[in-house]
Amino acid sequence: MKIKNLCKLILTLLFVFGFSSAWAANTIKWSMKGDSLTLDPHAQNEGPTTMVSRQIYEALVTRGIDMSIGPQLATDWKATNPTTWVFNLRTDVTFHNGDKMTSEDVVFSLLRAQQPTSDFKEYISTITSVKALDDYSVEIQTRDPNPILLNQLSNIFVMSKKWASENFAVVPQNWDAGQETFSATNAMGTGPFEITLREPNTKTIFKKNKKWWGTVEHNIDEIQLLPIANAATRVAALLSGEIDIVTDAPVQDLDRIASSGAHKVISVEQMRTIFLGMDQAADQLRSGNTGDNPFKKKEVRQAFYQAIDIEAIKEKVMRGLSSPAGIITFPGVTGYTKALDERLPYDVAAAKQLLADAGYPDGFDIELRCPNDRYVNDEAICTAVVGMLGKIGVNVSLNAQTKSKHFKELKDDQGDFYMLGWGVPTLDSHYVFHYLYESGASWNKVNFSDATVDAAIRVMEGEVDLDKRNAAIAEAWKIVRDNIAYLPLHHQVISWASKRTVDVPIRPNNEPLFRFSNKRF
Amino acid sequence: MVMLVVAFVSFSLFNFVGDPINNMVGEETSDEERAEIREILGLNDPVIAQFTRFVINASQGEFGISYQLRRPVSELISERLPATLELVIISALIALVLGTLLGVYTGIKRKGFLSDTILAVSLLGVSLPTFVIGILFIYLFAVILGILPSFGRGEVVDLGFWSTGFLTISGIKAIILPSVTLSLFQMTYIIRLVRAEMMEILQTDYIKFARARGINEKSIHYKHALKNGLIPVITIAGINIGTLIAFSIITETVFQWPGMGFLFIQAVKFVDIPIMSAYLVFIAFVFVMINFIVDILYYFIDPRIRVKTEAVSG
Repeated sequence: MKIKNLCKLILTLLFVFGFSSAWAANTIKWSMKGDSLTLDPHAQNEGPTTMVSRQIYEALVTRGIDMSIGPQLATDWKATNPTTWVFNLRTDVTFHNGDKMTSEDVVFSLLRAQQPTSDFKEYISTITSVKALDDYSVEIQTRDPNPILLNQLSNIFVMSKKWASENFAVVPQNWDAGQETFSATNAMGTGPFEITLREPNTKTIFKKNKKWWGTVEHNIDEIQLLPIANAATRVAALLSGEIDIVTDAPVQDLDRIASSGAHKVISVEQMRTIFLGMDQAADQLRSGNTGDNPFKKKEVRQAFYQAIDIEAIKEKVMRGLSSPAGIITFPGVTGYTKALDERLPYDVAAAKQLLADAGYPDGFDIELRCPNDRYVNDEAICTAVVGMLGKIGVNVSLNAQTKSKHFKELKDDQGDFYMLGWGVPTLDSHYVFHYLYESGASWNKVNFSDATVDAAIRVMEGEVDLDKRNAAIAEAWKIVRDNIAYLPLHHQVISWASKRTVDVPIRPNNEPLFRFSNKRF
Repeated sequence: MVMLVVAFVSFSLFNFVGDPINNMVGEETSDEERAEIREILGLNDPVIAQFTRFVINASQGEFGISYQLRRPVSELISERLPATLELVIISALIALVLGTLLGVYTGIKRKGFLSDTILAVSLLGVSLPTFVIGILFIYLFAVILGILPSFGRGEVVDLGFWSTGFLTISGIKAIILPSVTLSLFQMTYIIRLVRAEMMEILQTDYIKFARARGINEKSIHYKHALKNGLIPVITIAGINIGTLIAFSIITETVFQWPGMGFLFIQAVKFVDIPIMSAYLVFIAFVFVMINFIVDILYYFIDPRIRVKTEAVSG
């Protein structure tokens, strides 16, 4: 009898545990620090949010692994005149619930993205009308000739008009404190994966979309997004095997992870440059002790620039994972050239001399403002900068705070000297100039203003002749670089850590495309 | 009264912690739009008006909509409550039961290798910060030994208004490390307290007389000595449960435990004022209730209080 019971017990255990592992679907467990803020594809233009939407929603065109623009929901397009484009759509696309996608859905989605509550309306503010020509073609009109329309459209996702109307989600998630929209917690897209479970900050499950129109280049049945806020826990979960891939591995743990035989680390230069801003227009520094504003003089700005030992920062602070920069945008952006990216040499003596020439032989006091939870090792970089400027006689007091306060105070014009990072989702210089260099631009807190540059920006917006446009971009970069309006630091490098059996190609915009991923057993 | 003061403090503090608007909108939102959003959310109204609105709503259990998650706060709290409560209850149980047993043991056997070891380890429990202990546990049990999960709550079973992790193997495995981590510092207090109480009581006359009467040692230790030594323990335990809920913030963050503490930390990062205020008010409420319950428990445990009350009323 005893043996019989033992056998029953063993069989039961085998049954229970055997089933759970042997026939498991090929699942990738993905973790990062934060979670998507909302499933509404037009509500929040934010990193993790777009990372999630990118797996389940699609756009007219998209960037491949190498970041080049190619067709997605549209098959081809042409400009019938400088301000009119016609896009032909695929005829074999269905939404996750089986409804066919037609031009009606495209028109609806583009117009939805232009609603006041959409966070993407600035992207496509130049679009004046969208209409369906027939079931599978769409005509888009822009206010002026728009050379970067395709870049912009790659981030506008197409959702199902029928589904949105049936679920009161016709307008992107609304600020009004009365409503929480269905589209924030549910999704209806056309992508290679669909969301079957959504628990914010805990777990989001994506299942393979068997009805997807595209060629399947992955072998994944399911993705589980399991955000883990604490960096040490996230690394531990990766090392213990509970997580397959971490898309924001902390720099200080990369060596530890790489030394594990079962894991690997891949890095790539990110599409984000970190730099310092120096207010050159204020009459008096808010935090200074000289009664005037030293930053008005280019010699002072240059002195600061040449006092920074960026290689030391790269080696000690960034553990080798950064790419020293000479301009505040990065390779891959239209207008970037290697020549522009050359830094002024690190030279403490020259910097001291420049300060003396400008009338500040004993240096001066100033406050440096930095975030401490936004960029990779942001506070540590600033601490290093404080030390380096101390060598030339400038006494810097560091004000490092959480990003919500840092950015708010920056926008309220409270910064003399501050750190900022800038990514360029359109991969075009115009995005940088429009926000950081144009007179009175919303993030131009160095208060740089130059009529020639402003004129060049207008050319960037409306000139379709590529030669003329590129010339304007080159001229603008030359002017701002000579002016030393900003002090460039480096292009960020991002690292993804994963099990050796998991292959997810890394991309400079930090967005994984799981439709190209692979997990071996 | 206490509640009103806490409400006022929590409310007014949060008007100075940063701009929620900045976290809600993207980089490109124009200044006019930000001003408009401010207006819609009522952030431009005078402070008194905002506070009154807050108190009136709060007393009806209505805490508004979270800025970041865009869902009603009361819903968020009730979703996360089971996770935190389960964690706190298990921790409290571990601390109380294990703490009392070990306290009695070390109280009886004052010197001895085991006693000294227990006391030394318990000292570690109170001196090492919770997150260090948590991470050490994760490293030992999840990475090196690989027998327990390093994060999350495991599979939970939804029972309508409560979601429990006790009914699944993964749920039970998941609660072990966080609850032990959380219980350590409280366990130390209880061990030492019970030990001190035991040592003191074992010297008293009535214990000597009980021994003289021939009552067996086990009965003396537990039925006579311990019961009398429980009062300070209950006081401390009561207050500590409140502290447990507060400390759960750290443990929940380390273990990615989807409870209220974790919700609160995320809210602080995003300057999600509705959640922060609601959480503070809720915690104050819990403390007030616990103290109330502890006072009532005194009545039942300490016969002297009962006698005094009867003498007064009689």
